[in-house]
Amino acid sequence: MWTHLKALIVKELLAVLKDKKSRLVLIMPPLLQLIVFGYAATFDLNNVPYAVLNEDSGAASRELLAHFEGSTTFDCVAHLDGDAQIEPLIDNQKALLVLRIPSDFSRSLAQGRTAPLQINVDGRNSNSAMTALNYVQSIVSTFNATWIEKHGGSAAPARLVVRPWYNPNLVSRWFIVPGIVGLLALLVTLLITALSVAREREAGTFDQLLVTPLRPVEILLGKAIPGVLIGLAEATVIILIIVFWFHVPLLGSLLALGLGLILFLLSSIGIGLMISSLAVTQQQGLLGAFLFFVPAIILSGFSTPIANMPEYLQLLTYANPLRYFLVILRSVFLEGANVSLLWPQFWPMALIGCFCLFMAGALFRHRMA
Amino acid sequence: MRRFKSSNPVRLAARMRLRGMLRKEALQILRDPSSIAIAIVLPIVLLLLFGYGISLDAKHVPVAIVIESPSEEAEDFAASFNQSNYFSPQRFATIQEAEQAMIKHQLDGIVWLRNDFEENLLAGIDSPVGVIINGVDANTAHIIEGYVNGARTSWLQKRAAVHAESLNVPVQLEQRVWFNAGMRSRNFLIPGLIAVIMTLIGALLTAMVVAREWERGTMEALMVTPVTAKEILIGKLLPYFVLGLAGLTLSVGMAVWLFGVPLRGSLVILFLTSSLFLIAALGMGLTISTVARNQFVAGQVAIVVTFLPAFMLSGFIFDIHSMPMTIQWVTRFIAARYYVSILQTLFLAGNVWKVLIINSLALMLFCVFFLGVARKRMVKRLD
Repeated sequence: MWTHLKALIVKELLAVLKDKKSRLVLIMPPLLQLIVFGYAATFDLNNVPYAVLNEDSGAASRELLAHFEGSTTFDCVAHLDGDAQIEPLIDNQKALLVLRIPSDFSRSLAQGRTAPLQINVDGRNSNSAMTALNYVQSIVSTFNATWIEKHGGSAAPARLVVRPWYNPNLVSRWFIVPGIVGLLALLVTLLITALSVAREREAGTFDQLLVTPLRPVEILLGKAIPGVLIGLAEATVIILIIVFWFHVPLLGSLLALGLGLILFLLSSIGIGLMISSLAVTQQQGLLGAFLFFVPAIILSGFSTPIANMPEYLQLLTYANPLRYFLVILRSVFLEGANVSLLWPQFWPMALIGCFCLFMAGALFRHRMA
Repeated sequence: MRRFKSSNPVRLAARMRLRGMLRKEALQILRDPSSIAIAIVLPIVLLLLFGYGISLDAKHVPVAIVIESPSEEAEDFAASFNQSNYFSPQRFATIQEAEQAMIKHQLDGIVWLRNDFEENLLAGIDSPVGVIINGVDANTAHIIEGYVNGARTSWLQKRAAVHAESLNVPVQLEQRVWFNAGMRSRNFLIPGLIAVIMTLIGALLTAMVVAREWERGTMEALMVTPVTAKEILIGKLLPYFVLGLAGLTLSVGMAVWLFGVPLRGSLVILFLTSSLFLIAALGMGLTISTVARNQFVAGQVAIVVTFLPAFMLSGFIFDIHSMPMTIQWVTRFIAARYYVSILQTLFLAGNVWKVLIINSLALMLFCVFFLGVARKRMVKRLD
């Protein structure tokens, strides 16, 4: 059995890696995507374009504006003279924020009254709007604290001292980039396995395979193992790039990471082979892979938290191996987790993997009979 | 006179050939269920999944309220968390227990009122409240921080009202959020999603279908017939264009009626600009198929150069302004970027002509470029 299997694995690896174009497609895009997306996928705002309409001539407003100019997050694009100029700026997306300081701003402050700072925000991207407002709020809080310090009066009690765990500067890249390991490993293994049987069917070589002394299980394993090997190799390279290029800390146990990776690859290959055994043409195979891939990303918590989804969709995420693997990735990278802490993530993936491989085997045999 | 005689049968034949091509392509689509699936089922599934599945609005965040020594002031403070539906607070007596729960991912945050909270508060001494947030998901952490701040502010206001004193707040924000007052993340995600779906229908579908023709050799068979390269292009484009418009109609309908996204701009302009984008996407698909020639490579390339950039680099979910300059520069070569901008503006802001015209011009450039390349590669193969 082992010699059969070895021959088949070599054949499969050659089939994928010998063709120059498909080799290129398997190696270059994941690396390119990692670099591009690693930089692109961030919820943090930089260079927020803002404009100022200052109707006040006092020193206090200038002091407040200096806080904005001193911040690297904000980027002043225009000083306005009238209300009429606000609308075109926001409409044409020249500015995300327009600050409007009313004419009695400095006077109110000097008299100890609360002075309003009006903020107009472009809400087309609500997340950017909310994040920008949070930044503005923190600038204003700093301003308020220094103002109270200088001009007397008691500060509001119960000051909040915020301390984020695991990611002290709250860099959203640290959250997204480890997730890309799962995303790309899933993409590569699905594409290798989901199209593999259909490609042989279309080329007519599948019939040739069937008349060899190979048993269905061997054919299945012969298709699964190359996928695991290629997936492992790609994931390792990606992890190295994340650590040494993006400088995301890798604090936890490598054993936990490796175990998670292998279980994840097994389950995603099981799914790929299931699709493969059902697909007659490569187009159907690709469509099937796609119809799994896209929901799998959305329902994994890759870009938005699972906790924000409605209940029934949250239930659906339990069937998604990527969900568990993302928790493992982030816990191992950022929280320094070990095998025992991640046990609740390992066994569901093992279960999904076994079930899918078994189903794929059954479907294969069914097709051949 | 002579011209009339000779051109008429030629034109007639051309029309017949084109009709034949269109008929062949239409039949091919109708007979292969997977094409229809991509155009009709895919938009429905994707919109339902994204519409309900992707949300950046955190609700019922599990937080621990640690009160080391129960007191009236501490209870009042905790009450402001109970009243907010952003939180689902749990009570803990010691910080150690709460930290253990946070390590096990049962909590997203901890609010820690120490022993001397009431004492310091009444004495007027600085009485800091510790807030620990799980920072792994930095975006959610920021949102939670904002919520905690809000809960504290409402507690301060209530307290000031009870003690009949005014809060010492020098500058207060008065915010006005344009176009999306409720800050629903769905309102900006769903218009962007339409761009992703159109990319899939346009580029992935045509890339695969045409690559299949190359693979099977039926493209060569087509080329030895009197059908010209231009006619083959039109024959490929038109049926999938119609399919794409069907998908678009479906998506817009679902966005407006099912998800309640406002459509403030003109529907006619929405369809015109979408047609532009669809043609560009179809052109991309055709170009990919002529370069790749086999389905495996065509499918991969289509996903990598059209779908993933449309997802990550178009401003659909990640704001382009926040990306490093080099990446911002890369996004200029992604057609979906311009379409996402058009869609978000048309749905939420209305007919802002400057945005619409600039982005439409960019889309036209993509159309011309990709159709030109596809045409050129077709002709090359003929001789």
